[in-house]
Amino acid sequence: MAWFSACSIPAVPLFLQVLGRFNRARAAQLTLPHYLCQTPLFMPVGTQGTIKGLTKNQLEEIGCQIILGNTYHLALRPTSELIDELGGLHKFMNWPRALLTDSGGFQMVSLLHLADITEKGVTFQSPVDGKPMLLTPEESIQIQNRIGADIIMALDDVVRTTITGPRIEEAMYRTLRWIDRCIAAHKRPNEQNLFGIVQGGLDPVLRDICVRGLVERNLPGYAIGGLAGGEDKDSFWRVVAQCTAALPEDKPRYVMGVGYPLDIVVCSALGADMYDCVYPTRTARFGTALVPEGVLKLKHQAMANDIRPIDPMCECMVCKNYTRAYIHCLVTKDAMGSQLLSYHNLYYMMKLSRDLHSSIVEGRFPEFVCKFLQTMFPKGDVPEWVCNAMEVAGIDISSCCHEMKV
Amino acid sequence: MKFAVKKGWSNGRARSGVLQLGSCPFPIQTPALLLTTRKGLPPFTSPDLLTSSLPSPDSHLLQFSPLHFLEGISPKTISNIGGLHQMLSLHQHIFAAVPRDSIIALPEHDSTNKYGASFQTPGGRLLIKPAEYVELVSSMKPDFWVTLADEVPAWVSNKRNRTSVDRTLRWLDDCLSLNKESTTIFGSIVGGSSIEERHRCAQEVAQRNVSGYWIGGFGLGESMDERAALLTAVTDNLPEDMPRHVSGLGLPEEVLQGVAAGIDLFDSTYVYHLTLGGFALTFPLERNKGENADYQLSDSGGDGMKINLKATVYRKDTSPIVESCICFTCQNHTKAYLNHLFNVHEMLAQTLLEIHNTHHYLGFFCSIRKAIEEGKFEQFRRNFVESRRDRLFAAASSA
Repeated sequence: MAWFSACSIPAVPLFLQVLGRFNRARAAQLTLPHYLCQTPLFMPVGTQGTIKGLTKNQLEEIGCQIILGNTYHLALRPTSELIDELGGLHKFMNWPRALLTDSGGFQMVSLLHLADITEKGVTFQSPVDGKPMLLTPEESIQIQNRIGADIIMALDDVVRTTITGPRIEEAMYRTLRWIDRCIAAHKRPNEQNLFGIVQGGLDPVLRDICVRGLVERNLPGYAIGGLAGGEDKDSFWRVVAQCTAALPEDKPRYVMGVGYPLDIVVCSALGADMYDCVYPTRTARFGTALVPEGVLKLKHQAMANDIRPIDPMCECMVCKNYTRAYIHCLVTKDAMGSQLLSYHNLYYMMKLSRDLHSSIVEGRFPEFVCKFLQTMFPKGDVPEWVCNAMEVAGIDISSCCHEMKV
Repeated sequence: MKFAVKKGWSNGRARSGVLQLGSCPFPIQTPALLLTTRKGLPPFTSPDLLTSSLPSPDSHLLQFSPLHFLEGISPKTISNIGGLHQMLSLHQHIFAAVPRDSIIALPEHDSTNKYGASFQTPGGRLLIKPAEYVELVSSMKPDFWVTLADEVPAWVSNKRNRTSVDRTLRWLDDCLSLNKESTTIFGSIVGGSSIEERHRCAQEVAQRNVSGYWIGGFGLGESMDERAALLTAVTDNLPEDMPRHVSGLGLPEEVLQGVAAGIDLFDSTYVYHLTLGGFALTFPLERNKGENADYQLSDSGGDGMKINLKATVYRKDTSPIVESCICFTCQNHTKAYLNHLFNVHEMLAQTLLEIHNTHHYLGFFCSIRKAIEEGKFEQFRRNFVESRRDRLFAAASSA
C-alpha cells in the first residue's frame, strides 16, 4: 500500500504567505506538513475518519485540501491509541493531504447528556458504560498528538452565544488558562500546529481580552469560536470583524462551524481564511443541493420531470452527467442519491474556496462578491447584515442592493 | 447484437463465447457476470468509481429491473432524457432489463394472474401487464430485455406450474408483437421443477424469433441438487449459437453448475449480500492448491472463501483484504480501516467493499473462462468444490 507525505516537513510546521489582498480579505498559501493549501478554504468534516461515502480519490478530485476529524468520535472508535499504533490518522485513512482535529470538547457538550465543565476539564458520562469521565486540556492534546493531524485545536470552554451573563466571562478566562495547559501538554510542536480559540460570546470587551491573551502565546494559528450557534447574523459578523482586525496578519484565522456559502463569502471579505461545517454533507443526505442561487431541494415533486442538471454551470461529475429527475428518483430511497449529492455539494464548496482565492489574487474580488450576491439575490434583497459587513470590509455592493441607501 | 460460441473449446456443455452489443465498443467474453444495480447504478459504487476502479469491459454488463423506476420517475421523462444510457451517463455500458430482481422486485406467484405478473417491491405490490412492461422498456432503450415471465418456485402444484409455462409463452408472444422498434429480446423460459415442463417451454421458446434466452424460476428456494437436471433440460433444447442468461444463481458453486449446463450470462445478488454483511471475498483465483492452508479460520468468522471484516481480529490488521488484489480498495486501504468503517456504520465501508467483491467475482469469471479455453473446466470445477470442502473441514476442526 503506497503512503508517503506530499511534501517534506518544513522547518516550521506552518507557514502562511499572503499572495493577494483586497482591504481586509486575503488570499494565501498555507504550508502544512502534509499539504500546500490555498486560502480561503473550506474544510469538509470527516467525523469518523471518512467523509460520507466518498473515497480519498474523489475527495482529491473535488479539491479538498484539509479534512476535519472529530476527536470525540475517533477516541471512542477506533481509539486514538489504535490510530497511533497504526501510524496516525493520515496513514489509517490513507489521506495524503492535510488533517485537522478538534479538541473533542464541543461534541461532548452538545452530544452528551449531563456533560459539565469545571476548571479541571469537561466531565461527562461515558457513552459506552455510563461511568463518569473527564476530558482535560492535557488529555485532549494527548489524544490529538496520537491522532497526528497537521492542525490540532486547544480545548476551550465553549458557551453558546445565546447565553448571557457571567458564564461567558468565566468561559473566556478559563479558555486562556486552558491554552497554557494545552501548550504544556503538546508533545509534537514541530509536526502539529496548536491553534487557540477566541471565546467571549458577543461581548467585544471579552473578545478583545481573549484575542490579546492568545496572541501573547504566539500560536501558529487562531480560531474564532463560539459562533455559528444560533446568534443573529448582525452580531455574528461583528465578532468576526473584530477578531480578524485584532489577530496577527501572518497567521491563519479559522472561523469554526461556518457554514453557509454566504457566510463564508462575508467572513472572507472580513479577513478570515479557514472554515468548517457539516452543512454541505448533511444537507445532501436530506436531498438538498447547493447551487449559486441558494439551494435546490431534489425531493420536491417539481424535480421529477426536470431534465436539467443540478447546476448547469457546475463542472462536477454529477452535474455533467445527471439530471435533476434522476437524482430526484434516487434521493432518500437509495444511498447513491446522497453520495452523488455529497459529491456535488463538496465540489461546490471547494469551487467557492478556489474562486475566493483566485479572485483575490487576480484583483477582482469585489466583482466576484457582487456577482455572487446578484446570483443569490436576483431581486436585490441582500440581507442588511451582509450590507453592513461589506461596508466594513470596504466592498461596494450597491449594484446588488436595490434597497441600499446610497 | 452478435454472439458466437468459440468452437473447439467446449468442455461438455460448458462453452466460451463472445458477445458484442451496440453500446459497448469492446466485445464481452462469456461466461460473464452482470452486475446488480439499483435504478441502473450499483448499490454503493458511484458511476465515476464504476468506470475508474473496475476492470473493463468485464464490469460493463449491468442488470436492472425496469420496475424499480416506477417509483419516482416516469417513462415519459426517461424518454425525454433519451433513455437509460443517457440518463445514467454510461454510454459504453450494456444494460440488460430483467423484470425480476432478487432484492427489489421479487416475483409473487400467488398474486400473478392471467393479466400480468406480480412483484413485491419496496413501493408495494405491483402487477405488470405485458403492454405496460413493453412501454417501460421502450422508454429506457436497454441493450437487451427479457420478456415478462410468470416465475414460480419449485414447490407449486403441477397445475400451477403448467399455467406458468402457458402464461409465459403467451406473454412472450405479446411482447414480441408489441415490440415496435427492433430491439434485442431474450425469450423467457420457466417450468419450475418439472423436467417435462422445462422441456416444453424451452422447445416452444426456441421456435420464437428471439436473440437469446433467459432462464427463470431459479434462485427461488430450490435445492442445488435438483437444479442441474432442470438446467440441462432447458439448454439441451436451445440452439447452440444463441446466448443463455440465468438469474438467481449466485454462489460460486451455483455459477459453476450453470456454466456446466451451458449458461453464458449470470446475474445474482451474491456480491450485494456479501457487501451488506461486511464479508469480503478472499478465495484464491489462481488454481494453486494449498496456497491458503494457513488462513485464520476460527476467529475470523470466515470459511476460506470470505472473511468478515467486522470481526475484531482485523482491528489492527494493516494488510489489504487480498494481498495480490489490484482493486482500488486493496491498493489503498487496510482491513483495519474497513473494520473501523463497518463498526461506525459509515457508507464508505460498503462502497470500498463492493468494489473489492465485484472485482474479485469478476476475476472468478475470468478464471472460469480461462479454464474452459484450456479444456480444463471440469477439473477446475472439481478443484474448486473440493478445496472449499477442505477449508470448511479445516475451519470446523480448528474451531
